[in-house]
Amino acid sequence: MTICMPAPDQAVLARREQIVAALRAIVPGEGVISDPPSLKAYETDALTAYRQPPMVAVLPTTVEQVAAVLSWCRREGVKVVPRGAGTSLSGGSLPLADSVLLCMARFNRILAVDYENRTAVVQPGVTNLAVTRAVEAAGFYYAPDPSSQIACSIGGNVAENSGGVHCLKYGLTTNNVIGLEIVTIDGEVLRLGGGHLDPAGLDLVGLMVGSEGLLAVVTEVTVRILPKPQTARALLIGFPTVEQGGQCVADVIAAGVIPSGMEMMDRPAIAAAEAFVNVGYPLDVDALLIVELDGPGAECDHLVEAVQAIALRNGAVSCRASTNETERLSFWAGRKAAFPAMGRIAPDFYCMDGTIPRRRLPEVLTRMTALSKVHGLAVANVFHAGDGNLHPLILYDANAPGELDRAEAFGSDILRLCVEVGGVLTGEHGVGIEKRDLMPVMFTQTDLAHQQRVKCAFDPELLLNPGKVFPTLHRCAELGRTHVHGGQMRFPELPRF
Amino acid sequence: MKPETTDDVIDAIFDAARAGETLEIRGGGSKVLIGAPHEAAILDMTSFGAVIDYDPPELVLTAGAGTPLSTIEALLDAEGQHLAFEPFDHGPIFGQAVGAATIGGVVAAGVSGSRRLSAGGARDHLLGFEAVSGRGERFVAGAKVVKNVTGYDLPKLAAGSWGRLFAMTEVTLKVLPKGRERTTLALDGLTPKAAQAALARVLAAPTDIQAAAVLPGARSSLTAIRLEGFGPSIAARVEMVRALWSDLGAPMALSGADADALWNDLKTLAPLDDGRPLWRINTPPSGGPMVVEALAPHGARWLFDWAGGLTWLTFDGDPALVRAAAGAAGGHAVLVRADERLRAATPFLHPLPSGVARLEARIRAAFDPSGVFETGRFLDTRHAD
Repeated sequence: MTICMPAPDQAVLARREQIVAALRAIVPGEGVISDPPSLKAYETDALTAYRQPPMVAVLPTTVEQVAAVLSWCRREGVKVVPRGAGTSLSGGSLPLADSVLLCMARFNRILAVDYENRTAVVQPGVTNLAVTRAVEAAGFYYAPDPSSQIACSIGGNVAENSGGVHCLKYGLTTNNVIGLEIVTIDGEVLRLGGGHLDPAGLDLVGLMVGSEGLLAVVTEVTVRILPKPQTARALLIGFPTVEQGGQCVADVIAAGVIPSGMEMMDRPAIAAAEAFVNVGYPLDVDALLIVELDGPGAECDHLVEAVQAIALRNGAVSCRASTNETERLSFWAGRKAAFPAMGRIAPDFYCMDGTIPRRRLPEVLTRMTALSKVHGLAVANVFHAGDGNLHPLILYDANAPGELDRAEAFGSDILRLCVEVGGVLTGEHGVGIEKRDLMPVMFTQTDLAHQQRVKCAFDPELLLNPGKVFPTLHRCAELGRTHVHGGQMRFPELPRF
Repeated sequence: MKPETTDDVIDAIFDAARAGETLEIRGGGSKVLIGAPHEAAILDMTSFGAVIDYDPPELVLTAGAGTPLSTIEALLDAEGQHLAFEPFDHGPIFGQAVGAATIGGVVAAGVSGSRRLSAGGARDHLLGFEAVSGRGERFVAGAKVVKNVTGYDLPKLAAGSWGRLFAMTEVTLKVLPKGRERTTLALDGLTPKAAQAALARVLAAPTDIQAAAVLPGARSSLTAIRLEGFGPSIAARVEMVRALWSDLGAPMALSGADADALWNDLKTLAPLDDGRPLWRINTPPSGGPMVVEALAPHGARWLFDWAGGLTWLTFDGDPALVRAAAGAAGGHAVLVRADERLRAATPFLHPLPSGVARLEARIRAAFDPSGVFETGRFLDTRHAD
């Protein structure tokens, strides 16, 4: 529990009754939740180690209500934390004690599907999977598929720029969203992008995606939908060493093949997954690779053969190719169950999300093993091998004194290692509160100031989702100062909160 | 001014800001005739002209912003890779040589070619950059790996910023394998609406086509798609397309020089080289025929790329008609080529709704508070707030 949130503003807390009344005037009926037992349901997201009920939660149903809530909060200087389905792994929707939690769950309608132009217009509270469900009868799907897709909302996907196992070929959220309606903290409703591909001015849709709820609140999303590939086949390949598995991945790409999915698991992850689902994963290998290929049947068959040959050249000791859907899904079952499988071998696990240049994988895993000994905690690795996105799962027991702190310290060391080898802190889960204090490992103060000034262009009083992403709350006036050429940066370090 | 180092860029920006002058960032100069005529000192970035890192299996390339497109494309081609968004080189439109455009210029203009339909645009392939902002500060954003969500996605702002926020010194791009083979299928004689519908039908099926264009001409009007990939895949997809188009006739298959010539027309826009103002209109694909229906009766000539989502159009009538037609079709129109008089009177970028324009102005001011990059090329208010 090493991450501190901004101290609550006592003056705001003292006005709680007035704030609740004002919100009730905007959102009638059950749309305002203020009793403590009900607020407890909103105290955390999927980063469950951190819990804080909000001052009040509001669940608007119209854009006008969202605009009125935001402009009222702006006028009254009250912080707002937006929330979708609450599945953030980085604490992106953790409430603040003095905040209004703005829940977008009731924005749950699919507004339009345009098959001719291959787009769908949806409200932000629609779940990721519901978009695919709405268009699959016509042979379409929505490509980004974060593992929480049954629960996570499109609005949350936009905030976090969510990925999934297919994003090497089909992209992250940002590559599949072309239009947004947003409401700024001033209550202004703006439409960005739309049904066309290139923006008319600055790419504000691209800026909004991945901005973690700090810039504006999304009230409508236009996504691209794709025709579903005719077939998909998967290969399950075991390698004696991580190096061989990594070289196989590099060789597949060098052969001009971009698989729709390419996942690697290390020995501890293979063992845990196989014990959990019993689908026949080989247990005598250090690296297991799942490679999925999609397209017309003839293409899949051709590529399966090509990948098999590459795998065998790289010393694969087992290599199975799926011949039907049941078999393909069984290959995936262990990987998809990797997280719950950890629950069988440890009371808690902490999922990290760094990305590295793939060529550094063997070295990173070796050093991670050494760190595991230093911190006295086991780690298992699942890895989006195609794009270098690592998900180390640190195993710990939250009830054992000090273990959560050790898990967090271990996680921080892993992320520092990712940056040291040329990678990044987060590939798809977002910075949130979790990696906030590590941002200076990757960015200088000047880099961060350039990002924070964008925040100031949207939200000059820093009322939207404060305490997330940036380690230091610089007031916008501080950031706006001009500097003396050749002199030192004149950012007085405000106290860390 | 031709800075050699990042420190030189910082000095140039400070000097210009102190003197109250403005700077126009320039790479290969392929787009100097776009936008309103203006006076500004030139910040020539071509010294940042080398590829810095390229590791093919990592799918990442880092290059100086002033690196010529031709250098990068040759390097990638040797490894069987490419920039999948098919960078658009404005040179040929203005009678300049192919390949002089720089990667920084392509990114700053956010311009992509025919593959934009299937592979995404410049904005989807810019992973990270290093730049000097209008504040005279060097900073980096994004990263040098293919998957990253750390911090705001400033590369999205960079792509299409037209040199108005910062001077990029280095860009990191995602690169991808080239299809091993390619083939083109084309139908003849369809109306704009029928052509767009034929392409929509193909795109609604898992045909995985890479590009889709319509090229009307005096003798023929071609509705063309391009398929790239491994041989067995192309063969299967060609059959799929033939079946989908069975009621429209048998498409002709083009390969080699014939196919290259067809797709090259979408790069050079030679069929529209009629000396009249040239517009680039972005709409939903179904909006392309709407634009044509509105403007062809007034003498407009046109091509579709992106299955109708991009209309290239020459038209010497009232620019307001073009902007109105683009807006009515759910899109926007960029004035790419025009004489000085028209460029002085017509903003080259489509005017934005006032709320979005004010937000953009605040974002520009965040990077460039003294307006050192506000050269007058854009004909809009420097600080709307």
